Amino acid sequence: MSSPLSRRKLITTGLATAAGVSGLGVAAVLAQRYGLIPPDHGGIFGAGETLTYAGQRLLTSHHSLAREFNRSEISKVAFVNGKPPQNEAYQRHVAGGFADWRLTVDGLVARPSSFSLADLKRFPARSQITHQACEEGWSFIAEWIGVPLSTVLNFVGVSAQAKYVVYYSLDGFWWDSIDMPDAWHPQTFLAYGMNGGELPVDHGAPVRMKVARQLGYKSVKYISHITFTDSMKHIGDGLGSPAPAAGYSWYAGI
Amino acid sequence: MAESAYLPAVAIQNSKVLDSPRHSALVRVTHWIHTLSFIALVLSGIAILLAHPRLYWGETGAVGTPSLIDLPFPFVLELQIRGPGRYLHFLSAWVFVLTGLLYVLSGLFTRHFWKNLVPSRVDLGWKSIRRVVSNHMHLKRPAAEESRSYNVLQRLTYLAVVFLLSPLIIITGLAMSPAVTSVFPVIVTVFGGQQSARTIHFFVAVALVLFLFVHIAMVCLAGFKNRMRAMITGHNAAGKEPS
Repeated sequence: MSSPLSRRKLITTGLATAAGVSGLGVAAVLAQRYGLIPPDHGGIFGAGETLTYAGQRLLTSHHSLAREFNRSEISKVAFVNGKPPQNEAYQRHVAGGFADWRLTVDGLVARPSSFSLADLKRFPARSQITHQACEEGWSFIAEWIGVPLSTVLNFVGVSAQAKYVVYYSLDGFWWDSIDMPDAWHPQTFLAYGMNGGELPVDHGAPVRMKVARQLGYKSVKYISHITFTDSMKHIGDGLGSPAPAAGYSWYAGI
Repeated sequence: MAESAYLPAVAIQNSKVLDSPRHSALVRVTHWIHTLSFIALVLSGIAILLAHPRLYWGETGAVGTPSLIDLPFPFVLELQIRGPGRYLHFLSAWVFVLTGLLYVLSGLFTRHFWKNLVPSRVDLGWKSIRRVVSNHMHLKRPAAEESRSYNVLQRLTYLAVVFLLSPLIIITGLAMSPAVTSVFPVIVTVFGGQQSARTIHFFVAVALVLFLFVHIAMVCLAGFKNRMRAMITGHNAAGKEPS
């Protein structure tokens, strides 16, 4: 009695399914081509991560700015998470006022370089008053002063093949990476100053990465080495940083 | 059980009513997918919250600054539940949002909301509402006829869950994203700041969990087996309401 209806239903369901499946296939190819697949795309949570990363990359233009605040909104308490590196090398740097500290930049660049703190300060300085928001739930607003990473990218002549910037803390343990849209982003800083002064030891002296459009854990402290690569496959466990192994997504835009 | 005694005569008599499903296939499928994703969101949300069970108002907040509410839970930082919790939270959020969108769009398209959820002017009258409230107070089970439609309290509650609480929890969630708010700053400034959005996100989640508990209690009171059957197979049981 309802056969015409169910046939129509069958055809529309079939067409919708076919469209859905081929749509997913096309989406996967396009996502790969336009760099919308994060290094931690595998495993049971990979689909969610890929949707979040691709969705936010498509939504945010390369230059959409994280919210900035007035000087009066700077937090009186800038919460400190974790301890400075306990190794001897770092203690010597602190004692010597970071005079011997160097930031080495290598990988897919035309001019591998090494910068002293004074070298970095010779680049035009920029500042931003933005959030530092931890995935735990707490946050503060501070002024960050430093050199935009894009300035250094131009200086060392980063290759068009580079897809990721990998940055290492001199604690010998912590490191992370970001994609090129965030590397070129005007609010991504090598920050050496905070709230009008030098960057305090507790907040990552002499230099921390500041990635304003991502959560706090991407803003690694105590940076001493930056490298450019076209693939994260052979770096660490291939997930883009040590964070995913502990359960934290490589992309922390939310 | 009484309802498992199949009575052909009653079934034939009711066949016309039984042929039109109590819940459409799309409502049933999205209902259960939504249920799973909501449970995953609540559990993973608790895992995230326990890292910092303090709520603030405004843009910022941390230990050492005044809080709005100190929830009576310990700070759970060592236990490795927060990281996987975050991965699960965002995966299930996608499922929650996409099934929710499918449900709302199809509901608009098929006029489901208009036909089944928007209360009539008569139902919104004081007398009608008082009767429904009194029925609830006396834990009166709905008659078979009544259970084929929603009463005015159900309608208003479902509409609030679909069109008020769900959008609110999605937007306050996105308001905590520094990337999303770089494009749409208004979704966080409208709530008075990132920490305010986090606090509202928490209270809306509590409201949705309360809804879930009341919803399950009502399903039990209205006849658990029959209501579950309706939401799984689409049909009410043949014969009488289970006693």
